[in-house]
Amino acid sequence: MTWLLNNGELIGQLVVAHLLISLPPIILSFVISVPIGWVANRYRWSRGTLLTVLGLLYAIPSLPLFIILPLVLGTGLRDSINLVVALTLYGIALMVRTTADGLASVDPGIRQSATAVGFSERSQFFRVDLPLAGPVLLAGIRVVAVSTISLTTVGAVIGVDSLGALFTDGFQRGIAAEILTGIVLTIIIALSVDGLLVLLGRVLMPWVAVNSGRVARRELRRARGPVTA
Amino acid sequence: MIEFRGVTKQFPDGTLAVKDFSLVLPSRKTTVLVGSSGSGKTTLLRMINRMVDPSSGYIEIDGEDTSHLEPVALRRRIGYVMQNSGLLPHLKVIDNVATVPVLNGVAKKQARADALHLLDTVGLDRTLADRYPSQLSGGQQQRVGVARGLAADPNILLMDEPFGAVDPIVRAELQTELIRLQRELDKTVVFVTHDIDEAFLLGDQVVILEKGGRIAQVGSPAEILAAPANEFVATFIGADKGKRALSIRNTPTGDILVDSEGRPAGVLVGETDVVAR
Repeated sequence: MTWLLNNGELIGQLVVAHLLISLPPIILSFVISVPIGWVANRYRWSRGTLLTVLGLLYAIPSLPLFIILPLVLGTGLRDSINLVVALTLYGIALMVRTTADGLASVDPGIRQSATAVGFSERSQFFRVDLPLAGPVLLAGIRVVAVSTISLTTVGAVIGVDSLGALFTDGFQRGIAAEILTGIVLTIIIALSVDGLLVLLGRVLMPWVAVNSGRVARRELRRARGPVTA
Repeated sequence: MIEFRGVTKQFPDGTLAVKDFSLVLPSRKTTVLVGSSGSGKTTLLRMINRMVDPSSGYIEIDGEDTSHLEPVALRRRIGYVMQNSGLLPHLKVIDNVATVPVLNGVAKKQARADALHLLDTVGLDRTLADRYPSQLSGGQQQRVGVARGLAADPNILLMDEPFGAVDPIVRAELQTELIRLQRELDKTVVFVTHDIDEAFLLGDQVVILEKGGRIAQVGSPAEILAAPANEFVATFIGADKGKRALSIRNTPTGDILVDSEGRPAGVLVGETDVVAR
């Protein structure tokens, strides 16, 4: 506890650093996966090939990746960009399949109806397919978010600052409170971002609650009033 | 006026849906394509707005060959109403109705204001505007579908079994409503159904289709009833079973109409008028 009180400032800095490293890959893997998921569903050859190859990205061990990336990108060995790129690759590995599945899950009847009333291919993708795949995309990005926030701590081994620094430092100096603080804060950040994503989903996709009957049930409860004995 | 000229459609899997189909659909009239499944009626309908392109032959709208028209632009000036409404589940009723005008570049505010008027036109309460389609009954959803089909004020309205999935009472309501709308709006309506009673009720021109889009008979309901062209038509409209051959029977509680097998089919009203004819 004394360790915690004495190192408030350091912890604050590491939390900020952790967020700065982990948020870009979450956003990037979403933005990059959408067009790839579209291509995967668009052509017959593309689905199996793309999804398998990109899914295998997740099988690359992180340490060799940290050595290869600086060579490919021309960055320094300890540059935080390496970590951001590595985490984005892992995010894409998880997100592409979900995106392809989400887009494929849109009711063909609704897609046909959209074509019939005069949506162009482009407007249909952005105004019909993408929003209707939204709930599946949200489920996917929540997994990516939690996984990325946890994986960010690996950066400590190549000297990129994040809450992972508390693990390496805590091990070296034998401070259990430091390690525990790192674990708890990582979990808290993961849960907070996950919660924010759920809220964002509610705001952007108000129809989901309505269509699943959640709103109807809520209104029913309100109409009945508080249950008192 | 819509004109099919020697239209054939063979799908990639080899199915011959329509073979050498030619027909004129007059403007401002309702033409009903009626036939059982496999008669190619939906394929014919979808060829009008180029959701399906013919393998050979062509379709003219007011003398213009549709194969020269851009499909998306063509679809936006033709209303389309389908079974199960086909409404977009993530848009509120008002935005579903405003879909096509918004696609055409009308300002959202203006499109929504116009959409409210359309809700009135199809007999829906304006309070439903902010609901999602899933919060509406089947009949209400179909009305929204009709409103959406009318939103861009098209000359042509295509209706693909629009009342097929609602219960008989609601269907009767919607049919009556469509007849009223057609009287007010004067569109060229092409209506697809497998229900011959619906065809006779709504159609100015009824087209009875056999397998592969072969025309068994074209005519007004009265012409077809009075003189079925062949055995197929007679069977299809129920004339062979005597369902349509009604006679009067006196019963203790009043006169009723019975079919050729003696089953009660209705009552006779305005008797003198009939006799006078």
